[in-house]
Amino acid sequence: MTRITFIEPQGAEVEIDIADGWTLMQAATSQGVEGIEAECGGSCACATCHCYIEGEPAAHLPTPTQTELEMLDNVVAARLPNSRLSCQIKMAPDLEGLIVRMPEAQS
Amino acid sequence: MGEPIIIVGAGQAGLAAAEALRAEGWRDEIVIYGAEKHAPYNRPPLSKGYLLGETPAAQLTIRGAEFFAKKRIELCAAHTVSAIEPDAHSIVLDDGSRRQCAGLVLATGSRPRELGIEGARLSGVASLRTLEDSAEIGARIDRADNVVVIGGGFIGLEVAAAARKRGRSVIVLEAMDRLLARVASPAVSEYVARLHAGHGVHAITNAKVSRLVGENGSVRAVETADGRSFPADLVVVGVGAVANDELARSAGLACDRGVIVDACSRTSDPAIFAAGDCTARRHGDGALSRLESVQNAVEQGKSAAAALMGKDRPFHAAPWFWSDQYDAKLQMAGTSAQADKAALRGSMAQNHFSLFYFRGGKLIGVDTVNRPGDHMLARKLLDASLSPTIEQVSNPDFDLKNLLAVGAPA
Ligand SMILES: Cc1cc2nc3c(=O)[nH]c(=O)nc-3n(C[C@H](O)[C@H](O)[C@H](O)COP(=O)(O)OP(=O)(O)OC[C@H]3O[C@@H](n4cnc5c(N)ncnc54)[C@H](O)[C@@H]3O)c2cc1C
Ligand code: FES
Repeated sequence: MTRITFIEPQGAEVEIDIADGWTLMQAATSQGVEGIEAECGGSCACATCHCYIEGEPAAHLPTPTQTELEMLDNVVAARLPNSRLSCQIKMAPDLEGLIVRMPEAQS
Repeated sequence: MGEPIIIVGAGQAGLAAAEALRAEGWRDEIVIYGAEKHAPYNRPPLSKGYLLGETPAAQLTIRGAEFFAKKRIELCAAHTVSAIEPDAHSIVLDDGSRRQCAGLVLATGSRPRELGIEGARLSGVASLRTLEDSAEIGARIDRADNVVVIGGGFIGLEVAAAARKRGRSVIVLEAMDRLLARVASPAVSEYVARLHAGHGVHAITNAKVSRLVGENGSVRAVETADGRSFPADLVVVGVGAVANDELARSAGLACDRGVIVDACSRTSDPAIFAAGDCTARRHGDGALSRLESVQNAVEQGKSAAAALMGKDRPFHAAPWFWSDQYDAKLQMAGTSAQADKAALRGSMAQNHFSLFYFRGGKLIGVDTVNRPGDHMLARKLLDASLSPTIEQVSNPDFDLKNLLAVGAPA
């Protein structure tokens, strides 16, 4: 279990524990965190699971695939250097303390 | 508190309607009845990642228990609705109990079309709709020597790809003269046929299955009308889906191979709305169409919620869909059915291309393989009624994003 902080669109901070192998998207939607639609269920086909990654453990994240990069070009909220698709980030112990900020809109 | 809004069917559409009702400001109860024992889950992985053993069942859930508690959405899984009573504003559950409602959403989905031929009920013959179906097919793939897939549509081809990836010998039998005949352009059909051939799947078109032959109750072979016989110990039937519109039909709602709805998910009864695979959409010109996709389920669910709150939220966005087969991510936006011209970007041989379809010079659809950026762009262009020219599409140096930036209608 790795502890991650989500910041919902309205600003509320929610800490959840995520099992290894689960994606940020799966963990957030299954635990009721606001701000992710994830229409395609994690197939990297909808770009409605956009998030901004903050905090020091972000350095441990694998770089996005070409598919993810192309989808990130099409998110509805502002695309920032720390934009990622939460369905493409799998939990691993070295991400403890990661902060995941939700954008204002997904669609 | 007043009566609840009742949603029949705990799938993608029913859940989207419930979630949108809360977002639209509905304060009273929301109750979802679902025949399956599970909370709403994603079906697309059933023929993809879940079937391949890459995604565990727990990760298919669309929204977890905390979500339902937080949003005060009462999920009654394993509860089948046996009748709806429009005049009485009530529904009847299969245990005979009745419940009043302030509004009703039908989101009952669809079920696999049956083959209706000799041998269709033999053991080892399966179709794919639910988590249990996928688990069963996955277990049988591991034991099978010869897998025969009947139907060269998306689900059949994805199952074929998964079975092949798991090392089985796979044959696909398609009754029409090409794969994906009802949903893709001939060029994409050809590409997909080559893709499967390259992975060792034998796809045979114009193959009309006449009967399934068994031994001791288990399937052993598939026979076609022209007298051929294919050995099989697992047969997966993927010949389309039938809308679950019986509740609506029995209650006198207008149905035609689906519950008829308008762009705002309204049925012929002003207090009843319908969304997802169970619907047939009536267009402005009177034509009816059916879509079976996640997008359609979610958008119609949102429209139904808005309509229940007295708002028009018509669903006019270009339809989109995706399919993963081997390492090809096929994505479709709009339609290619009426196209009179097509233009290619990228390379089919390299599994990296986009086909733009035009009718009378106007962009009507785009199919892409491993070019998700083009797919997303296509959706934006289609929704804004913007068309590139064929020359612009064919010129790899022209950045199609410029069209959106300018925003000038073509
Ligand atoms: C194997 C497979 C792969 C797919 N792949 C893709 C894909 O890649 N991309 C894509 O866009 N779409 C895909 N789809 C289609 C997509 O999953 C469906 O369009 C979508 O699930 C439709 O949602 P729905 O809510 O209308 O129906 P469903 O998700 O089927 O939900 C309807 C629910 O209602 C329940 N129900 C029915 N009658 C009653 C009743 N009387 N009382 C209570 N409950 C009832 C059913 O048991 C069911 O659980 C795929 C479908 C399948 C089966
Ligand atoms: S859930 Fe669709 S792209 Fe992440």
